[in-house]
Amino acid sequence: MAAISTSTAPAARRKPATNRLLIFGFLSPTLALLLFMVAFPIFSLINYSFYNFSVLRAASGRKWAGFGNYEYLLTDIDLWNRFVFTGKFVLITVALQFLVGIFVALRLEKNFRGRDVLFTLLMMPMMLSPIVVGFLWRYMFNSEWGVVNYLVSVAGFDKLDWLGQTNNALAAVVIADTWMWTPFIILLATAAFRGIPRTIYEAAEVDGAGAAFRFFRLTLPLAAPVLFIALLLRLIDSFKQYDLFFALTGGGPGSSTETVSFALAKTAFSYFYTGEASALAVVLLLIITGLSLILVRHLTRLSARY
Amino acid sequence: MAEIALRNLSVEFGAFRAVDDVDLTVADGEFVVYLGPSGCGKTTTLRCIAGLEHATGGDILFDGRRVNGLSASERNIAMVFQFVSLYPHLTVKNNILFPLQARGVARAEMARKLDWVVGVFGIGDILGRYPASLPPGARQKVALARAVIRDPAVLLLDEPLSAIDEQFREEMRWELGHLQRELGVTTIYVTHDQREAMSLADRIVLMRDGRIVQVADPDGLFIDPVDVFAGHFIGSPSMNFIELAPVAGGLRLADGPVVLTPADGVPAWAIESRRPLKLGIRPSFVHLAEADGPGAHAIPIEDLFAVGRERFFTFRLGGAIHQGVEAIGRAPAGAARGVRFDPKGFLFFDAESGRRVKPEAAA
Repeated sequence: MAAISTSTAPAARRKPATNRLLIFGFLSPTLALLLFMVAFPIFSLINYSFYNFSVLRAASGRKWAGFGNYEYLLTDIDLWNRFVFTGKFVLITVALQFLVGIFVALRLEKNFRGRDVLFTLLMMPMMLSPIVVGFLWRYMFNSEWGVVNYLVSVAGFDKLDWLGQTNNALAAVVIADTWMWTPFIILLATAAFRGIPRTIYEAAEVDGAGAAFRFFRLTLPLAAPVLFIALLLRLIDSFKQYDLFFALTGGGPGSSTETVSFALAKTAFSYFYTGEASALAVVLLLIITGLSLILVRHLTRLSARY
Repeated sequence: MAEIALRNLSVEFGAFRAVDDVDLTVADGEFVVYLGPSGCGKTTTLRCIAGLEHATGGDILFDGRRVNGLSASERNIAMVFQFVSLYPHLTVKNNILFPLQARGVARAEMARKLDWVVGVFGIGDILGRYPASLPPGARQKVALARAVIRDPAVLLLDEPLSAIDEQFREEMRWELGHLQRELGVTTIYVTHDQREAMSLADRIVLMRDGRIVQVADPDGLFIDPVDVFAGHFIGSPSMNFIELAPVAGGLRLADGPVVLTPADGVPAWAIESRRPLKLGIRPSFVHLAEADGPGAHAIPIEDLFAVGRERFFTFRLGGAIHQGVEAIGRAPAGAARGVRFDPKGFLFFDAESGRRVKPEAAA
């Protein structure tokens, strides 16, 4: 919204009255859609979060709860555990995706036969629906006849109960998520690396920089603006992760692999505690907005330099 | 410090020979300039010496040691590139220190070296800036500071001044020459700008189509070009070339009415030469003259204009336009009707091969 108003400002200054009207005319369909699809739901969400209310029992009306829903959430030890679990998942999976993604992107920097074909193939997991990926891996992780355990036993280890134990289940989802989303890091990292001019590397070579020095002092910092965007998107996306857990573990064993989003979905659509779910959604919104702000700030600071 | 020797150096890109059988020895501490038109192989040669390009034939020797297989970082060379190659995310200070950091030089040593280059280049006030905020001239200064901070054995410069405005370029050129003499570092400089070459070089290597045309000091190259290309490429305005045809007792210019005779200073061997010749004469050896003055030829002057202390004029011989330059005080009063050729400036070239023809080879 801010971007729209600044970009139209010069035009508005030229011919105030008629132009402003015309601009508003052109913008109004989009504005109406935005108001209806974004602004209205957010406001009603915030509104619901202050009431004791369930959409299933709309007839029984809503009771003002003030910050009661928030109080309840923040003192709920189970929910805190969901946050801890989600944080663990986000850190592990995003770190793994970055490590693998950057490594592969570095390998793909050099030209070799079939690179473009390989690159295209590598992008494919990202194109699949997460729920499909989830079910796919669920079969592969089946402890009796899944291909993963087959490979484990071929390698000479004992079969693992992948989805029946919390840590194993977390590992399984991290593996599936990494399989699916590393291509995204590869894509952005490759673009970022290729955007670094060759002469910079030549200068570094002449200056006597070894491969590691070049990577940490040149490649990474120069690719940082793009990598930060990738990091931001992956953090937010993994923080919201729901479908993979739903398809792979169903939140189990017990509710030990439920993410915050999973808990939210359950509160909202299994128990239909609409007020409480709305409050949780508002909390998530704040967290994600905060996360984005930090990273966007950092990004602006980086790009202001060059 | 090092002596560099190229032995039959060749670089091929597919079927294209960018550098073709180049032989050259650059003495320790010498300032050699590779000069030539775009695409003549001068930059490729430089990149080979740097280790950024690989020779497909021949050897590169530093102090007699073959370095073909060594990477750029193992050769102890420093290089300044044509286009800005500073690290955009590092401050000027960190850019300059980069080569020392890469080699793990001790902090105290780094500080000492930094003080030294800051003093040499006078860049103390921009150490905290980022390259993007600097004008091109200052960037190349920083690039140069980064190149010399670690006492390289060889300094390689690839058209370092071409991105800088005219005015600042003069200043940088002067500083560069001064710095090189002070450091005594073996320097190879690539340019297509003859003025840079003439003012900086101990020796100029003139290249064309991947081959060396001539290696000479600036005066030698100007006075004694080996062929039409060398004569044409050096000097501004460039050398006039006039077709010659032998007639009884003289040489006819460009199939026109003008005949040069021994009275004009044409040597006998040139008149008697059996091969078709071309006369090369620099504009500064062509003088304005009264049509009936001594040694003058009635060639109409087409255009005449003064720039500062010099008067430039053009005249036409057989369809081709030629140029002359006269110091302003020396031009005859009134309208000049003809030109006089100073025989000191006569150079003869083979009309077919373009090679220079000298008396001993003429017969």
